[in-house]
Order: sequence, then structure tokens, then C-alpha cells
Amino acid sequence: MDTPLLRLAGLDKRFGDRAVFSGVDLDVKRGDRIAIIGASGSGKSTLLRCINFLERPDAGRVILNGEPVGAERQRSGGTETRYDEGSLNRLRQRVGMVFQQFNLFPHMTALGNVMEGLVTVKRMARAPAGERAMAELARVGLADKAEAYPAHLSGGQKQRVAIARALAMEPEILLFDEPTSALDPALVGEVLDTIQALAAEGRTMILVTHEIGFAYHMATRVLFLAEGGIYEQGTPDEVLKAPRRPLTQAFIAGHRRFSF
Amino acid sequence: MTYRWDFTPLLDNWQALAMGAVGTVRLFAVCLVLGLGFGLIVALARRSRWRLARWVSIGFIEFFRNTPVLVQILWFYFALPMLVPVEITPFTAAIFGISLNSAAYSAEIYRAGIQSIEPGQWEAARAIGMSGLQTLRRIVLPQALRRVLPALTNRGIEIFKMTTLASVVAYIELLHQGKLIASLNFNPLEVYTVIGALFFLFLYPLVRATYALERRLARSD
Repeated sequence: MDTPLLRLAGLDKRFGDRAVFSGVDLDVKRGDRIAIIGASGSGKSTLLRCINFLERPDAGRVILNGEPVGAERQRSGGTETRYDEGSLNRLRQRVGMVFQQFNLFPHMTALGNVMEGLVTVKRMARAPAGERAMAELARVGLADKAEAYPAHLSGGQKQRVAIARALAMEPEILLFDEPTSALDPALVGEVLDTIQALAAEGRTMILVTHEIGFAYHMATRVLFLAEGGIYEQGTPDEVLKAPRRPLTQAFIAGHRRFSF
Repeated sequence: MTYRWDFTPLLDNWQALAMGAVGTVRLFAVCLVLGLGFGLIVALARRSRWRLARWVSIGFIEFFRNTPVLVQILWFYFALPMLVPVEITPFTAAIFGISLNSAAYSAEIYRAGIQSIEPGQWEAARAIGMSGLQTLRRIVLPQALRRVLPALTNRGIEIFKMTTLASVVAYIELLHQGKLIASLNFNPLEVYTVIGALFFLFLYPLVRATYALERRLARSD
């Protein structure tokens, strides 16, 4: 059997004494496209952020390519997982992330944003890094905006630059955290098209989204989060067209109410 | 009553004034670099994950913010040599007093700037694998410094004017030389008018230069 590209094993996350989720297990194979849906506060974004350790899980392991992240140590009263900064930085180079609010670096041009990781993290020389970055900008259709600062770009363009910035690091997995939620409805399409094109290349991705229709067309698997864990999962047809469990059914029905 | 302005004693003593001006600029340059530079280190220590570093930083800031620079200069000049066997020149005493005081103030300015940067900026940088230090250097500080540049300019102006306090330990700077000229020629009106004007003539172009810098940094808006 193939080792999964990414495995989450028994992941717990609490904020204070409120458990966001507990015991989440997930296997992601190369080429999988996983859509995570669920109500606000169901922990979708938190789960995604635990994968690249923007949030530290309270228990459980993240295993990339068969290698668990962090080192386990015996402690009185159980084991404890310790994470050193270097190993997290290496993990994050292999797992790209795209944020709801884009989070472009406003003091750098579009090209500068895409080059930054290549130059600072991968230590590439500026000339080849610039070429690579231009290629990524061209891939998201923004080669002509290379010298523009984020303040002069539309929301959709900003998000496409952010996608190019993540792609430049050649990640093995892409995480999207509600990539279109902060966008003007007229600009959602261009970002979804960009993500769709990446899907067509066979990239592995995990997408937290409220765009149920997009999830249906793009995902190979859909997870519905509720009650502190993965409440229901399956193919898009199973989860979105014929949900079996009551909370999933209510959620999907709510989304369909105004479809036409 | 009519006062006859007479600037000839000042012109006759232009060399003494020039010496003072050199002393002022020299002290300013050293205190500007040390004060603003050390202030950044203090600000970073205040955000450190180590509690001891945070405590030392806060203690430093509160001590030097809440004691007068004049007292600090006098203390370093007269009191410190009684505690430890070192010889302190007026120049050194003035550097200690002014730089440490400025470091305490500018540390708080840097802290405000760093805290004003959205958490998303840190997250985006960390998410492409940048270390904490790289994020600070490449992403957070360039934006933070830009935001606090007007406040740092204020600090710089303040440092320039604080150099006059060094006259209290007989450091040769503009005010010290002016006092000397005034006491020899009984012409305080002309002397202190000219000293004041000289400060303005030094500072105003410097301030204009920082405005130009602000405009240059505003390119990305």
C-alpha cells in the first residue's frame, strides 16, 4: 500500500477549555482534492491551520510522506510532542497556503511577493528567482502586473498573486482557507478558475470553502465538519447530493434554499 | 529703551562657535545611532519569548524614561567614577545619558510599530517557510519602521536638542560656547538668538529630508 502524502492522526485542538475538534484522522493521497465544509465555528479553518502549524495541535500527529512532524518525548504522565522551528519551517515549504485575506506583503510588488520565499527561504539568486516568479505570475494570468503593488490590484488579482506566491515554493500540498470569502462576487470566478486549473494539473489540495457548488465540481472527496470532528465524508455526490446524516442534510438544505 | 544689536563679538568668535557646532553634531550623530539602534534591540527584547529578557527590557525602559536626562548625565559624569574606577569624559557621560534615554523612548515607538502589523503578515511569511527572524527583517520591520517614521523623526529632533544638556558637564557644544561668549562680552541677547537660530538651521533641513524619505516609502500605496 502507498503511504499517504499527508496523514493526520488523532488531531485535537482546544481553545482554552473549548474543544474545537478531537481525534481527527485523515489520509490524503497524492492528487486528492479535499473540500472541507461546515458551519461557521465548526473548526474548518483551524483544522487546515493545524496542518502547517499556524495553529499548534494539542494532541495527535501530522505525518508528511510517512515522516511524523515533531519529536515525541516521554514525560511524567504521558508523552509530549515537541516541535522545533527548523522542522516546522521545512514542513511549511512543502505545504503551501492561501489565505482568505490574501495577506500579500504590501511593501513589495506582485513580483517581489512571489520572489520573497525563493530568495529568503530557498536562497536563490535574484535573477533566477525573478524568472521563476514571473513564470508563476504568468500561470495565474498576471505577468503584466508584476511591478504593481498590492494596493493597486483588485481583490481577485491579489488572491491570484497570493496563489502564485504559494506555488513558487513548489509545495506538495496546497491549502486554501476560504480563498474567495473576502471577494466581491464579480471577482470570485477568476480565483475559482485559477484553482480549477491547478486541480486539472493533478495537484494535491485541501480547500476550506463556502462555495458548495465549486466543492462539488472540484473535489475528489468532501468532509463535513460538525460536533468536534469529521461528521460525514465521501465523494461529492455522496455528501453533497445524498447526505446520510441529519446535520449534513440540514446544512446542504440550507445552502440549496436559494438556488435556482 | 533702544538696544543696539551688535554681532561683532560673535563674528570675532566664529571659531569658538564652529568648534561648538562640531561638538553638537558629533554628539548628535553618536547618540542618534546608539539611541535609535539600541532602542530597537530593547523593543525586540521586550517581545522575546524569554521572560528574563522581557523583564530586563521593561525595567530599562521604565528606569530611563522616568528619570531626567540632565540627572543621568550628571550621574554618569560625577557619580559613576566614584563607584567604579573609570574615567568618564564629558563626551562619554553625555553619550550615556542621551543615548540610553533615547533608547528607552524609541523602544516604545518600535514596539507600537511592530504591534500594529496585522497577524496575517506574520502568518503569510511563516507559511512560506520563513523563520521568525527572517519575517521580522523582511516583512514586519520594513512596514513597522515606515509607520513610525514620523515618531522617530520627533525622537531625532529631541536628541539634537538634548545635546545642549551636555554643557552642564562642560562638553564643548554650541550652547556651552555661546554661554562663554556671552559671559565674556555681556551680549546674551545676540548670542542666544544666534544659538537658537543655528539649531533651527541645522534641524529644519534634516526634518525636510525625513519628509522626502516618507514620500519615497509611500511608493507602494
